[in-house]
Amino acid sequence: MKKYIGKRLLLFFPTLTGVALAIFILMRIVPGDTAELILAGPSGEASYTQEDLDRLRVQLGLDKPIYVQFVRWVADLARGNLGYSAAKKRPVAGELQRQFPVTLQLGLLSVIVIWSISIPIGVLAAVRQDSWTDYVFRGTAIVGLAMPSFFVGLLVILVLSRFFNWLPPFGFVHVWDNPTISFQQLIFPAVALGFSSSGTLLRMTRTQVLEVLREDYIRTARAKGLSGKVVLWRHAVRNSLLPVVTIAGTQIGFLFSGTVVIERIFNIPGVGRGLLEALTVRDLNVIQAYIMYFAFIALVANLLVDLTYAWLDPRIRYG
Amino acid sequence: MQTEITEPILRRRRRSYTLWSKYPMALLRFAKKKPLGATGLYILIFAVIVAVIGPSIAPFDPWDTHRTSRLVAPSSTFWFGTDSLGRDLLSRTIYGARISIFVGLVTTISATVIGSFIGVTSAYFGGKFDLIVQRFVDAQSAFPSLLLALALMAAFGASLTSVMVALIIIFSSRGVRVIRSQSLSIKETPYIESARAIGSSDFRIMLRHILPNTFGPMMVVSTTLLGSAILLEASLSFLGAGVPVTVISWGGMLSGDVLKDFAGAPWIGLFPGLALSAVVFGINVYGDALRDILDPRLRGR
Repeated sequence: MKKYIGKRLLLFFPTLTGVALAIFILMRIVPGDTAELILAGPSGEASYTQEDLDRLRVQLGLDKPIYVQFVRWVADLARGNLGYSAAKKRPVAGELQRQFPVTLQLGLLSVIVIWSISIPIGVLAAVRQDSWTDYVFRGTAIVGLAMPSFFVGLLVILVLSRFFNWLPPFGFVHVWDNPTISFQQLIFPAVALGFSSSGTLLRMTRTQVLEVLREDYIRTARAKGLSGKVVLWRHAVRNSLLPVVTIAGTQIGFLFSGTVVIERIFNIPGVGRGLLEALTVRDLNVIQAYIMYFAFIALVANLLVDLTYAWLDPRIRYG
Repeated sequence: MQTEITEPILRRRRRSYTLWSKYPMALLRFAKKKPLGATGLYILIFAVIVAVIGPSIAPFDPWDTHRTSRLVAPSSTFWFGTDSLGRDLLSRTIYGARISIFVGLVTTISATVIGSFIGVTSAYFGGKFDLIVQRFVDAQSAFPSLLLALALMAAFGASLTSVMVALIIIFSSRGVRVIRSQSLSIKETPYIESARAIGSSDFRIMLRHILPNTFGPMMVVSTTLLGSAILLEASLSFLGAGVPVTVISWGGMLSGDVLKDFAGAPWIGLFPGLALSAVVFGINVYGDALRDILDPRLRGR
């Protein structure tokens, strides 16, 4: 187990560095650099001289060779200094600190909604294979897979405002300030965010449970007189959840990146909206810091999945 | 005696391999066996036809602003209603199909070709090349595709070409993964050994013996890629990071002012959204059916 964890952790850092390098190179392809952006102003019309530009480039360290810039950036990241927003004239770290709890709440709520809905329903659909229950849930899952999250979000808003004459309370309230209002605000965005992911997870759970139910040891368990419930939950579901865990874990990274879309529709002041704002003004420092942040979450989620997998499956632990 | 037995068999086999009788019959059998999958295929074909003949069936110029009829509900003149600038939504939805289908098909075909090429060579030659390819594919699959697309679009700038290049980069690696694993098992089969024994070149083995045998999984993976590509393009355009606003796309039709006016005039978002979902739904169920038939091992996933 220790060896496995060590190996997995060792793999984590090269991947992270690779991702950082990829993002850094991509941001160098973008026409114009941070110095030009600061001098030209947000609308890009302010005039400036070449001397100004050169002086600012020296100040920002943009005159250094590109590998020096990269090493500096990574070293800054490791120290928690995420850079400086040229458009907002503020450190990126402060922005992220303000926006992160918002997105974290949205993402976690979405994860909870997805898991608590799709896994039990997936088991149910498997147990009642080829019944109406199975068809209805599977049909919903297939439809959900085809709908982009922004369309689901729009439909949710439409249904709420048209048929229930109610919209989530305006603004944003933290969960520790007022849990009820916070829940009202975030539950619908969370559902819209997780709708298609829960379709995938439901189908996966159903297939796995069906596969395990055909195994010999299930027949043995039935034959020795165990009740259907015990066979299902103790023998079938537990063994079928392994691949489900993999999918569920990798979905976390995708869910967090999906907040870029959902936060725009529901007007939530989170990291996703911050990234989008930075993209529209081409605020390079912010873009690279935020993309790095999302990638970091995805990588950590993958790492946790692998570790959970080892914990759940003795074959990996001792292998 | 011998010839009398083998000849009819030979003739029957030859007949069943004639191109023109093979495909319609296969299609018919497919429709009978997988009605839902066939429906999906019909939806896709319908969308492609609409995309191709779009300009001649659109009732209005999609850019024409009918000033007296802004945000008009669906009526006999404007079947899908009009948007906040008074533009006909049916025409815009038809034109939107062109972009979705075009971007989807071009990126899918390119990504499949690139993915197959890299996947087969990587599996065939193995060694360091394979290791590097694998690391790339792994790193990329850990990265959420929407995010990678946004980063690429920031680097390339918003245009139709950069959307397609970004999507090709993202989806090629998915093709690589599937084709590589398939090729790895084919590589070990006796007939590859025989081909090598009679002196076939590496190139010939890959092209004539390995590649054709990856056809099943390749079709399945490219169908799923088509759905993902259309969805991702729509998401990018919705966020304003995809095709420029001068190009009509389903994702773009759902962004901007639509968010403000949607509750009062739901048709402005419903029709492009439904068209998009219907096409992706069709592709997905067609892909599922195709997978059931071509690749039984993956059934139901």
